[in-house]
Amino acid sequence: MSVTERTSKVIGTSQLRKEDAELITGRARFVDNITVPGMLWVGLVRSPFAHARINGIDVAKARELPGVVAVYTGDELEFAAPLFMAWPINDEVKNPPHHPLTKDKARYAGDPVAVVVAESRALAKDAIELVDVDWEQLPAVTDIRAALEPDAPIVHEEFGTNNAGSWILERDSPVPRRGPTAPFFDDPQLVKIKQEYRLARLIPNAIEPRGVVVDVNAPMGEYTVYSATQIPHILRTTLTITCGIPEAKLRVVAPDVGGGFGSKLEIYPEDAICLALARKLGRPVKWIEERSEGYLATLHGREMIQEIELAATRDGVLKAVRVNLTASMGAYLRLVAPGIPMLGAWLYHGCYECDAYDFQYTNVFTNNTFTDAYRGAGRPEATYAIERSMDALARELGMDPVELRRKNFIAKDKFPNYTIASGLTVDSADYHGTLDKCLEVLDYDALRAEQKARRERGDRKLLGVGFSTWNEMCGLAPTRVLAALNYGAGGWDAATIEFMPTGTVRVVTGVSPHGQGSVTVFAQVVADQLGVDYDDVEVLHGDTQVSPLGMDTYGSRGVAVGSVALHRAGEKIIAKARTLAAHELECAEEDLEFEGGNFTVKGTDRSANIKGLAFNSWTAHNLPDGMEPGLGATELYDPPNFSWPNGAHCCVVEVDPDTGSVDTVRYIAVDDCGVQLNPMLVEGQVHGGVAQGIAEALFEEARYDDEGNLVTGTMTTYLVPGPPELPPFEVHDTVTPSPTNAMGVKGIGEAGTIAAPPAVINAIVDALSPLGVKNVERPATPERVWRAIQEARS
Amino acid sequence: MIPARFDYEVAESVEHAIELLDGNDDAKLLAGGHSLLPLMKLRLARPAALVDIGRLSALAGVSNGSGPLLRIGALTRHHELANDPLVQEHCPILAYTAGLVGDRQVRHRGTIGGSLAHGDPAGDLATIALTLDAQIVARGPNGERTIDAAEFFKGFYETALAPNELITEVRIPKTEAAHWSYIKFRRRALDWATVGVAAVVESANGGIEAARIGLTNMGPTPLRATAVEQALAGASTDSVEAAAAKADEGTSPPADSFASADFRRHLSRVLTARAVEEALSR
Repeated sequence: MSVTERTSKVIGTSQLRKEDAELITGRARFVDNITVPGMLWVGLVRSPFAHARINGIDVAKARELPGVVAVYTGDELEFAAPLFMAWPINDEVKNPPHHPLTKDKARYAGDPVAVVVAESRALAKDAIELVDVDWEQLPAVTDIRAALEPDAPIVHEEFGTNNAGSWILERDSPVPRRGPTAPFFDDPQLVKIKQEYRLARLIPNAIEPRGVVVDVNAPMGEYTVYSATQIPHILRTTLTITCGIPEAKLRVVAPDVGGGFGSKLEIYPEDAICLALARKLGRPVKWIEERSEGYLATLHGREMIQEIELAATRDGVLKAVRVNLTASMGAYLRLVAPGIPMLGAWLYHGCYECDAYDFQYTNVFTNNTFTDAYRGAGRPEATYAIERSMDALARELGMDPVELRRKNFIAKDKFPNYTIASGLTVDSADYHGTLDKCLEVLDYDALRAEQKARRERGDRKLLGVGFSTWNEMCGLAPTRVLAALNYGAGGWDAATIEFMPTGTVRVVTGVSPHGQGSVTVFAQVVADQLGVDYDDVEVLHGDTQVSPLGMDTYGSRGVAVGSVALHRAGEKIIAKARTLAAHELECAEEDLEFEGGNFTVKGTDRSANIKGLAFNSWTAHNLPDGMEPGLGATELYDPPNFSWPNGAHCCVVEVDPDTGSVDTVRYIAVDDCGVQLNPMLVEGQVHGGVAQGIAEALFEEARYDDEGNLVTGTMTTYLVPGPPELPPFEVHDTVTPSPTNAMGVKGIGEAGTIAAPPAVINAIVDALSPLGVKNVERPATPERVWRAIQEARS
Repeated sequence: MIPARFDYEVAESVEHAIELLDGNDDAKLLAGGHSLLPLMKLRLARPAALVDIGRLSALAGVSNGSGPLLRIGALTRHHELANDPLVQEHCPILAYTAGLVGDRQVRHRGTIGGSLAHGDPAGDLATIALTLDAQIVARGPNGERTIDAAEFFKGFYETALAPNELITEVRIPKTEAAHWSYIKFRRRALDWATVGVAAVVESANGGIEAARIGLTNMGPTPLRATAVEQALAGASTDSVEAAAAKADEGTSPPADSFASADFRRHLSRVLTARAVEEALSR
């Protein structure tokens, strides 16, 4: 059944968000809004050095400050285990113990070494300054390549190297690739290009910083952890491991959470420290991150060096793609960090056919904040490399970049379920269709004509156009694939739908939305499917006591996994209600039609509404023999495949060659996320994602000095753009329903971030190509653009 | 986010403010607070006390004396400067530039006195004050004195103000007859200038009679590009580019995450040419 065959009422409509009334009237409850009687404030003493041995810590002065309740060093606060790392990609992985408070040395600027607990937030802050750490500063290494040099400072001495392990597709992938690339790169008949791209280190900027409140019921040994997290379920499991408190005594609540982008897909030292403090002190505690503190203490993303080689025929048929990545892990291996580059492993040949594919990556320790998943996680990196390279190949061949893409797209008629060169099976796509739509909106021929005219006139501002025809795998993920990749958890998710006696519907989801609007979308799904009022559906989430089963929200899985799980639970409810309806209407089940909440005996006007059936099911006065009371169902859904959205994005820029300034003049996004449950929310995801992608291309970069100090340590120096810096977004779509699930849906949460960076940089390089510029590193700051021009001229 | 402990006093009058400042070496004036409070929240500034002059309404507002000077109260906010008809008429470059400072919140809180007293070389209004040869009126325990802008900015976050003095007024020569431009090169609309260039040009007989060129963020203080000014004095409009090539002479631009010193030098030359050309076309 596809959604288009169903009689829809609210699915596919742009329902306003159920979440918004609370948010915009200031009634939402974030962690910082939670106050518990007797609560103490927690402050972390952090290393001011990127790499320094701790020769001693004097906490006496801090303990003497009136209002300070406790000060502990790493030796004084005990844990059952270090912080949990969940993705040991293979046997090679080097996973150092990551103690919530470091004991021997600091490995990045911001590494917590001691914790203070005080009666107020201000006192905690004052007490931090009174802790006197005897530091012995060590040479630091923050550059990926420098970290692999033989004489580099070693972040974890026990390994004798900063190499944290490699992953090789040919060896480690559970699915075989199409063929080895060496013969193609040895073939003198083929055109070869080799590109190197450096991806800057990024700092996620969720509008709400992190925070933790731990409430304690000391006599019962029970704890409630309120955390600004995307992953309450995974947090509970891992806190049990680290703190030794059984899951049954541990409730984790993600209240209203103000964005994450992966930064809250993490198990942080502060989560474990606050829980350990509440246990040790028998009192509730609270920690709220400051923004500049978060720039050091919250995960970073992306930083890697990409080497990518393409081999193609002279007329532009792609034959082979070979990729080698070196990725910064920062100082420790956090929750899923070692596997992040792998999330792109099957995507570096993009949406193109090729005969051979090789991919490998190496993870490297550096004296920086740890990295981990950041919106798109591995897939923006892949799209960047292949989409930049396709433009480079087009230039090498003297072909139009659009023509080259068209020539190499996997054709629509290969689908459904086509096994691509990297070895995974893509369920559906229409790459030509999305690009055609993008070109139509753009009016490509007119734009090229204008560019030509401007160049001939010698205009000062240079016009450029760049494309990104992207694809990705999201909806993480089929558990059997995750298992084969050594991932530490499943990819299933849980959904429960329950009719209440009055006919309202209680929906419990195992995903944990934090700004996406899932409450709205899930209510749309359930309302349509069960034929109840949209306003009668309440969606609950983000509390392990309410929703004990779940795998949380990340990897564009809310709709692709969470809503499909709900839909399947709904099918179970309909099946049970049908049995009851047949019983009440004294007919055979097959004689019943279900539409708009009514079971009607075919060809008659005799019907039973599902709300009435729910009530009767609750009173249970007249149930068929053997039927249990109540009308509800739970589904644990494990997706059989990833979700495979794709699209074609285009950016038009004007570059001022004298100042290096780049203006994004137009931005067109044509995305295909299958069936759209709520087009307004799809558009919102595209807007936010594209904004973040443009930010990566033009603005955002965490920069460190030679000693490993973060020099972009506040929002005045780490440049998150706002509306004045961004073009209007022209958002369009195509709809190729996913054959993998009954809803036909694919994820859209990461699309814009995946697509945008290469579109922008390709446009800049296109603008500068008459000057001989072939690459501008990202972010393409005015100075980088200007220097690229100077280098090309000299 | 949480400043160090400090005392807070509300000044009831200018005299009271001076008295409070005079009695405490570590006291700082609080006007709009948009430079000081972020530094305090990062604990980079730790004044023992704040003397809040925000309620001294007599210090706010613009008045038009009969003479050649526009008198601007120290507590006049950027938003008011940008929209004040007197400023727009008599000193359009100041109104325009005030509209470029920070973001809306900053412009509705920040004051011209606070902006000048902060002594930030990346501050736009300091450059305008210097370019227009403004006079800064300061009052302290020993009474009032008038400081020429050229004498006011002493170094990085350092001014001629004594710790027990406050700015009461800024007097700006009226420039309605001159051509003007301020070009603020910045990454984001709300950022400080990576480099800013102010140009005030008087033309005669199709040529340039005199030009004043001010530079933002090209050294520890706002600067005048005197080499450019000399090259443009009495020059023809064809000589702008050659003159602008001297924009970075005598500067010592900072290197930071926004730009290297070299790139700032380059920008100052490009932007100076553009500013003069824009002024001439205005």
